[in-house]
Amino acid sequence: MIAHVHDNVNYFKVRHGIMSWLATVDHKRIGLMYLASTALFFLLGGTFAGLFRIELWSPEPGFISQDTYNRFFTLHGVIMVFLVVVPAIPGALGNFLLPLQLGAKDLAFPKLNMTSLYLYWLGAAIAIISLFVGKADSGWTFYAPYSISQNPAVLWMLVAAFVLGFSSILTGLNFIVTIHNMRAPGMTWYRLPLFVWSLYATAIMQIFATPVLAVTLLLLLMENFFGIGIFDPKLGGDPILMQHFFWFYSHPAVYIIVVPAFGITSELITTFSRRDIFGYKFIAFSSVAIAVIGFLVWGHHMFVAGQSEVADTVFSFLTFFTAVPSAIKVFNWTTTLYKGSIELRSPMLYGLAILFNFTIGGLTGIILAILSVDIHLHDTYFVISHFHYVAMGTTMVAFIGGIHYWWPKMTGKMYNEFWGKVGAISIFVGFNLTFFVQLIMGSQGSPRRYYNYLPEFKIHHDISTLGFAVLAFGLFVALINLLVSLKSGETAPQNPWGAMTLEWTHAATPPVLFNFEETPAVTHGPYEYPSEKV
Amino acid sequence: METTTKTFWLPEQASTFAQMVDSAFNLYYWISVFFFVLITALIVIFIAKYMRKRPDQMAESQMTHNTFLETLWTAVPLVLVMWFFVIGMQGYLKMRIPPGNAMVVNVTGQKWSWSYRYPQGFVTDTLVVPVNQPVKLVMTSTDVIHSFYIAAFRQKADVVPNRYHSLWFQATKPGIYPVQCTQYCGTNHSYMWSSVKVVDAPTYAAWLEGASDPSKGKTAIEYGQELWTKRGCNACHSVDGSKLVGPSWKGLYNRTEHFTDGSSAAADENYLRESMLNPAAKVVAGYQPVMPTYKGILGDKEVESIIAYIQSLK
Repeated sequence: MIAHVHDNVNYFKVRHGIMSWLATVDHKRIGLMYLASTALFFLLGGTFAGLFRIELWSPEPGFISQDTYNRFFTLHGVIMVFLVVVPAIPGALGNFLLPLQLGAKDLAFPKLNMTSLYLYWLGAAIAIISLFVGKADSGWTFYAPYSISQNPAVLWMLVAAFVLGFSSILTGLNFIVTIHNMRAPGMTWYRLPLFVWSLYATAIMQIFATPVLAVTLLLLLMENFFGIGIFDPKLGGDPILMQHFFWFYSHPAVYIIVVPAFGITSELITTFSRRDIFGYKFIAFSSVAIAVIGFLVWGHHMFVAGQSEVADTVFSFLTFFTAVPSAIKVFNWTTTLYKGSIELRSPMLYGLAILFNFTIGGLTGIILAILSVDIHLHDTYFVISHFHYVAMGTTMVAFIGGIHYWWPKMTGKMYNEFWGKVGAISIFVGFNLTFFVQLIMGSQGSPRRYYNYLPEFKIHHDISTLGFAVLAFGLFVALINLLVSLKSGETAPQNPWGAMTLEWTHAATPPVLFNFEETPAVTHGPYEYPSEKV
Repeated sequence: METTTKTFWLPEQASTFAQMVDSAFNLYYWISVFFFVLITALIVIFIAKYMRKRPDQMAESQMTHNTFLETLWTAVPLVLVMWFFVIGMQGYLKMRIPPGNAMVVNVTGQKWSWSYRYPQGFVTDTLVVPVNQPVKLVMTSTDVIHSFYIAAFRQKADVVPNRYHSLWFQATKPGIYPVQCTQYCGTNHSYMWSSVKVVDAPTYAAWLEGASDPSKGKTAIEYGQELWTKRGCNACHSVDGSKLVGPSWKGLYNRTEHFTDGSSAAADENYLRESMLNPAAKVVAGYQPVMPTYKGILGDKEVESIIAYIQSLK
């Protein structure tokens, strides 16, 4: 085999041409293709956000009509949730790094991995086509019966979600089997890097939650083609039932979105503090605990929808239990900085930004579980801000921070550190400018998805729009800086940060086709740094 | 004495719930400010104190456990969140269970207006209620899900087709407060406004007398014009010829209209009446069949007055 001859050539150079990418089963190349795809969709979803933020500059109708506005926030939501924040970290960084962090040659099922990527592309194509052709404007939550009036766009959207769901399930399955079976000798469960633990917890959720989407699709098809009333009140169906189905999947999806980001945070904080993680086992198991509890709290999205008082109370009670492991994680990361050797490189700036943003994201989440207060805050900008502090301020910041951290390993190039910092700081400042003011707007009672708003909120909207400009500037600086490094960046050493996990200590930069020249033997934990001799 | 006016975080307080919700909000707010400041301060202090000075410098300590700290930061959040659960549940049950002496008003949400049917039988577009009187709203929708929200009352509930969902409040301060739809319902979702007017008992009694016959002292055209805004016709039908969601009323009377099924007819009294009560029967070509029915909302007198108003728009 050709690959055999080139065993010790890096994975970029081992084969050439477009087919070497499209037909690859190498987890590293697949990871990079996920990276490029999710980055592209992030740009697209962000563009729609930029357009409606400009519209919201003033309360009067501006350069887009209300129908266009409604379509734009729908496109923004669907693209960002299903095509970006759910697949980004597991698809791009998870694929690239999982085998490297385990000391394995590849994932357990390389061809299945390629299938996942193709399903992702197929699902993305269906989603985009149905959104544009069908002019869907139901918001990403597709609440019936409004969404039913927009068939077939919504049916196609669910087909897309179904295909994307399969991609997710197959990736999850692949990760679980790989983590169980492909660990290098000596890589015990408690020596797994925390990023691996977070991918493991995410994979469990992907496998169990995603099939519910398929059930929903089936029921909708039955309703649509056979006129069986399930969700549509015109046929005697119950629209609230659809919300239950939707959130039974989409709430675990929220944890699918954020748990991998926790993993990256642990890697960033330990490496740039040269410090063992504080409370390894707790952090590892809290991800799994969040994965389990995450299945039991979907009803907290429906506190004003007309559930029984008993259901609301039980869901509120259970929701508070997700707060405790999240809080402890933040304390653990903070304590990891204690007596460390801290270096503020670009990836670490992202790591610290996550600590700050996730603290706000978490605290603003707990208040929404307080039933009486939620009745006031439900469906206002407060909720918008809360979940952007999680999905953007935590997950996407972790994704971008992770890219900066592993960029030298993935590409063999170092980027410009100055511009790396400019990007990180602009993203942090821009993000907080955009979204903090939305908390105030929301608690003052400004509803979400409003084209026309009360003039008293103009100042809030204007600050938010200006913040978006700063955020966009930071994102472009980061993007351009990374792309420029491909051409003119310095060659990266094997372990530029002095990290302790296998991808840095044992794999070449960039890694060879099968990752390691010889299978590494693991003799210590992932963060066992020597201490300073005093 | 606590203030009832707008603060940095919260809007004006105008119901018995407002103070209860706000004190839960404020309690939580200050506790979260405490934790937020604590964490941020620790991060800043640690960075300042343990910044790497030489490239080869290692960490001073690799401490990974501290039983006291870990127990503390597990127990404290657990106790706090259980406390918040109880506070939230108690408040919520008060907000959900109306007292027996509440006055009942039926609310209908439809794209994109609210209407209020009083027990006396008349329908209004503004909710008028007496101050210090418990009011229970029994709400339903004729089309999609809406949500009824009065920020100053801190009260909200979804309005669902084929179901009654109720909500109650007791206003504490006379004034006019906006009612907003907070569940996305299509094109004019953000224009689905109404207001609640809180008045003292004598004013309410006087209003009630006048409201039972809103057409009193008005010509049919005047009353029709009033209905055009009060029943939300103006959200979709202009009177100046401009094209909105539906056809303009200007010059509509007796004009020949072409329909989506290919047929055509003159817009006479019968057509106009049918278009209000059964709008799906004939849909003008070039428009979507989105108009909800006004059967049960507009009585004969109302229909006739609107027709008279349309006739006047040459």
